[in-house]
Amino acid sequence: MTPISHHITDDLLADYADGRLAQAFAVVVAAHISICDECRARVEAADTLGGLLLQDTDGVALASDRRDRVMAALDQPVHDPVPIGPSGIFPAAVMQILDGNPPRWRMLGGGIRQQILIDDRQASLRLLYIPPGRAVPEHGHQGMEMTLVLQGSFSDSAGRFGRGDVELAHDEINHQPIADPGEACICLAATDAPLRFNALIPRLLQPLFRI
Amino acid sequence: MTTSPLSEMTEALIAVRDHRDREAFGRLFDHFGPRLKAMLIRSGQRDGAAEDIVQDVMLVVWRKAAQFDPHRAEASAWIYRIARNRQIDLIRRRPVPQPDLLEEPPGTDPDPAQILALAEETRHLRDALSRLSAEQRQALEQSYLEDLPHSRISQLTGLPIGTIKSRIRLGLERLRHELRDLQS
Ligand SMILES: [Zn+2]
Repeated sequence: MTPISHHITDDLLADYADGRLAQAFAVVVAAHISICDECRARVEAADTLGGLLLQDTDGVALASDRRDRVMAALDQPVHDPVPIGPSGIFPAAVMQILDGNPPRWRMLGGGIRQQILIDDRQASLRLLYIPPGRAVPEHGHQGMEMTLVLQGSFSDSAGRFGRGDVELAHDEINHQPIADPGEACICLAATDAPLRFNALIPRLLQPLFRI
Repeated sequence: MTTSPLSEMTEALIAVRDHRDREAFGRLFDHFGPRLKAMLIRSGQRDGAAEDIVQDVMLVVWRKAAQFDPHRAEASAWIYRIARNRQIDLIRRRPVPQPDLLEEPPGTDPDPAQILALAEETRHLRDALSRLSAEQRQALEQSYLEDLPHSRISQLTGLPIGTIKSRIRLGLERLRHELRDLQS
């Protein structure tokens, strides 16, 4: 397996750790960290620094009964449901949105399939299935896209992206990722531009007509 | 046992993890409770709400202690992350998606060399911190103890477990160098 060579930037890792990312992007970062030890280590190392600063903080006394209340609560039964874990190529953060089920793909034409996972006011997230040799659909010409490869690979002018690699694309970048030969490429893609299906489909079909 | 590389609090957390040791939990509470409360107040919580969150965080520490891995974090780092996530979840009103848990294969023995190396690197990081100017220190504290989603809303709105252990050390080393560069 090729090592991961395209990571999350420091700024985005910090935004993730501080809860500043829209849910769609936070899922992509959590999924990348699930696969990428290097980024996990960067996040956990930053927590060590946070822990040291916490350690050095002058405390503020708690109310006198608080300790007893906490100690008494230790025995209270908790009914935390067991969280849904990872499955196959899909990290837990994705499986949780899928509610533990396999993706329910919708055909987009050209053999490309998708499932929308999140579509809120801030950003959207979807899974894409791209057969070998097909173009990876882009979401629009505005905003930012973050695409994580979960299976197979794609290539564009920025290089080759295999499992675990993340491509960050801004609107000004005009790239056309193509799924590599071999296995179908499955990606997790977030964008803060609104999903535009009407615009998407004709662009998807372009490669078909060109052949 | 005289030269344990583990901090007292990390030892206590391991006792909670392995033996559900209530007395050790009490020591964690006495140490971290007031510090967590201070951190929460710095990030804008009122006194009573801050205490409720401290209580939540410490109960998570008790319940999730099985997930604590001293090869990857000291107690302070692990508890810091729980507290931050709790604060963030309260503000966002839905949980931040989390990375998959790393699980040691059953029967894996602790690796004292790795734990020692982590303690060593943490000590270096602490030394580097202590050499920062007051302003630099202040900036770090603000970023790590105070800044939360509402304070700076961004527009943007496996490998074997063995490797993660050594990489955390590299990450710490890198942080230390960054702190050193800050000074120059
Ligand atoms: Zn990475």
